[in-house]
Amino acid sequence: MRRFFLILAGLLVLSGCQHQDTSTAPAGKAVPAYGDTLIEGTIGDASTLLPVLATDSASFDVSGLIYNGLVRYNKDLKLVGDLAKSWQISPDKLTITFHLRKGVKWQDGAPFTSADVLFTYRVYVDPKTPTAYAEDYKQVVKAEAPDPYTFRVTYAKPYAPALDSWASISILPRHLLEGKDITKSPLARHPIGTGPYRFVKWLPGQEIVLRANPGYFRGEPYIHRVVYRIIPDSSTMFLELESGELDYMGLTPLQYTRQTDTLAFRRRFNKYRYLSFGYTYLGYNLRRPMFQDRRVRQAISYAISKKEIIDGVLLGMGEVATGPYKPDTWVYDPNVKRYPYDPAKARKLLAEAGWRDTNGDGILEKDGKPFSFTIVTNQGNDQRVQTGEIIQRRLREVGIDVHLRVIEWATFLKDFIQPGNFDATILGWSGGPEPDQYTIWSSTQTGPHQLNFIDFRNAEVDKLLEEGRRTFDRKKRKKIYDRFQEILAEDQPYTFLYVPDALPAVAKRVHGIKPAPVGIQYNFIKWYVPKNEQKYSR
Amino acid sequence: MLTYLSKRLLMMLPLLLGITLISFMVIHLAPGEPTDLQTAMNPKASAQLQQRLRTEYGLDKPILVQYGEWVSRLARFDFGNSFSQDRRPVIDKIRERLPITILINVLSIALILVVSIPIGILSATKRNSLFDRLTTIFVFIGFAAPSFWLALLLMDYLGVHLGLLPVAGIKSLGFEYLGWGGKVMDILRHLMLPVFISAFGGLAGFSRYVRSNMLEVVRQDYILTARAKGLSERSVIYKHALRNALLPVITILGLSVPGLIGGSVIFETIFAIPGMGKLFYDGVMMRDYPLIMGILVIGAILTLIGNLLADISYALADPRIRNS
Repeated sequence: MRRFFLILAGLLVLSGCQHQDTSTAPAGKAVPAYGDTLIEGTIGDASTLLPVLATDSASFDVSGLIYNGLVRYNKDLKLVGDLAKSWQISPDKLTITFHLRKGVKWQDGAPFTSADVLFTYRVYVDPKTPTAYAEDYKQVVKAEAPDPYTFRVTYAKPYAPALDSWASISILPRHLLEGKDITKSPLARHPIGTGPYRFVKWLPGQEIVLRANPGYFRGEPYIHRVVYRIIPDSSTMFLELESGELDYMGLTPLQYTRQTDTLAFRRRFNKYRYLSFGYTYLGYNLRRPMFQDRRVRQAISYAISKKEIIDGVLLGMGEVATGPYKPDTWVYDPNVKRYPYDPAKARKLLAEAGWRDTNGDGILEKDGKPFSFTIVTNQGNDQRVQTGEIIQRRLREVGIDVHLRVIEWATFLKDFIQPGNFDATILGWSGGPEPDQYTIWSSTQTGPHQLNFIDFRNAEVDKLLEEGRRTFDRKKRKKIYDRFQEILAEDQPYTFLYVPDALPAVAKRVHGIKPAPVGIQYNFIKWYVPKNEQKYSR
Repeated sequence: MLTYLSKRLLMMLPLLLGITLISFMVIHLAPGEPTDLQTAMNPKASAQLQQRLRTEYGLDKPILVQYGEWVSRLARFDFGNSFSQDRRPVIDKIRERLPITILINVLSIALILVVSIPIGILSATKRNSLFDRLTTIFVFIGFAAPSFWLALLLMDYLGVHLGLLPVAGIKSLGFEYLGWGGKVMDILRHLMLPVFISAFGGLAGFSRYVRSNMLEVVRQDYILTARAKGLSERSVIYKHALRNALLPVITILGLSVPGLIGGSVIFETIFAIPGMGKLFYDGVMMRDYPLIMGILVIGAILTLIGNLLADISYALADPRIRNS
């Protein structure tokens, strides 16, 4: 249901999903019933409800209930059919054939066929479509719809992330969009999809209302109406939750640990906790001479206590990151080299690299130059700033002088990250179940506007990433990505800091929520409120 | 009078053009472009997309050409389309946010006038009395207290603990099913806290202003004359002194005309009010040039009109200016 997409979260990360539930789990026997309204709080307004054009998580949250992909991730992060009933991959791994569900209808009553899928594919790769998601689909050399319920794509080279791309695509209605300029389509404000909810209204900056689609092909959702209320301030949102005007929001660590342990709150809400898809890191600009020595990067990793950062910044609501993957996914390698807090080892490594305090001022020097650098991060994310402050203090203890600069997002990108004009940066990536990391770590991706902005170059990693993209077999893929994680752990081009927890709270009257590795949203259409607990009649 | 008016109106055109030119240059000086923000840090976006978007938005042209195109569109009353993903006409985005912003600002200015004029007069006539001191403390607390903090306290107490008022937003969920009276009540209940908070901060300035004007006026000779005539103190203060003391208020009201469409980001964020402040702030953060320029132009026009109105009504109210 939730579309997975890799995008750097500029502000608060409220997305992502995964396991490890320590909630006050709902118990007791309740009978599923249709009806009621679920009101969800969202920090930002959606920008467009045509997902092909959207880049913000609010838009994806809403349109995720309106549209479908061909396949989807189930609760255990396995791909299963969505609009496609099944699919086959040819023995040479070049062709994928999707067999579509029959009898699916668009929310305006028109039948859904393979022509819609072919049309959607063409929209995504059309140079006139300003979409951020064309790359995956450009790998397709031939797309065809041999009959109304078959869709076939052929790739020039085997492309393992392909299936993930057919999960994150949102199939669009051809009969409403064909021959029109997609950027001017009324569907951006009034979407029509195949999904479990249909659009009702959108008051910009206030609320978006959806109503259950009785003809949904996976069954009518129990909850009749979903309202997204746009509340830009997290404290206000929490007050709205307490006053009963919201049923569902993502809590901050402070709210989760300090403000919701009251009886009154527990009587009315269930809290959930699971690892989110995403991590925060300290990345080094490898063009800078001081960071070119691996021992220096390893020393800094030893000098930083990740545990302390998690306790201080996330109030314990997170886990130590050891690499780019979420600790409870199949691709995660738990056996990579770790960097526990060890300032003595850090000092030793720095001394080996030639950094010594020759003038006794407490700051290390090499060739007469003091070890001093600046960490830049973006404004609007307090967690990153606090992380920076803790790092600053710990590095000072091993003799490194660190400055911290917090810069407004647009300026930060334009003047610092894109031109490679920074020493080190605290940022985060959020991702999905697909392990391909080509765009972030390949040495071909170091140009301006590209994502390997730290200039990481490693021939073996390049080869592994290329191989990983060509390999479908999960066991073989695991081996490839295990080695990739080993190299990153040894090399420390980033100091991987933490994976934060997602901390949603949902009104207690909502039953049927079953936390799973993918989070809680996956079975949203099965959430229900028993008849006697229903609050809203419309 | 007519020649004066038309002269003033004509003078506004070059002024407006100058304001827009400077604004246009300044916002383009800010680092980062809207295309950076829409494509940056997205592993799925290609560099070609960035280029395509720049062409689509016309950002690849020289800045003066861009300005020329913008002005020629403006001359046809077309504010252009927003650069954000929704690409909606700027005028639509402004239009849907304007009514609530104006409503809150008008109510808040009215509340400020209604409360601070009596406070100002009484503090002046009973100078250094207990009342004067207490109100001074009160209005300065309002001036000094961070509005977001006060807002959260009141929301928590009145909204969550007592359940008297809604916490945030501008209407309830079932709004469309309410009757006419119910709708008005619902909006009023939602506006109570925001209007109170935004007025509270403005009380200090205005009441102090009235107070000092009043003190100035009661020292004038004509007040002495009025007293010498044997008029009652009431008549002296409320008829002779007050009228003169309130003259500069016209200027202040004129200057607050552009403020009517301006909102505060912090305030709107806290109360989840979809107003102009948040729109403008988000526009700046996204480098949505057409939207920023649209709001700035409307603000500039209102400022110029406000000044003109202030001058005219000043002349109407004050015979000394009218005759000079």
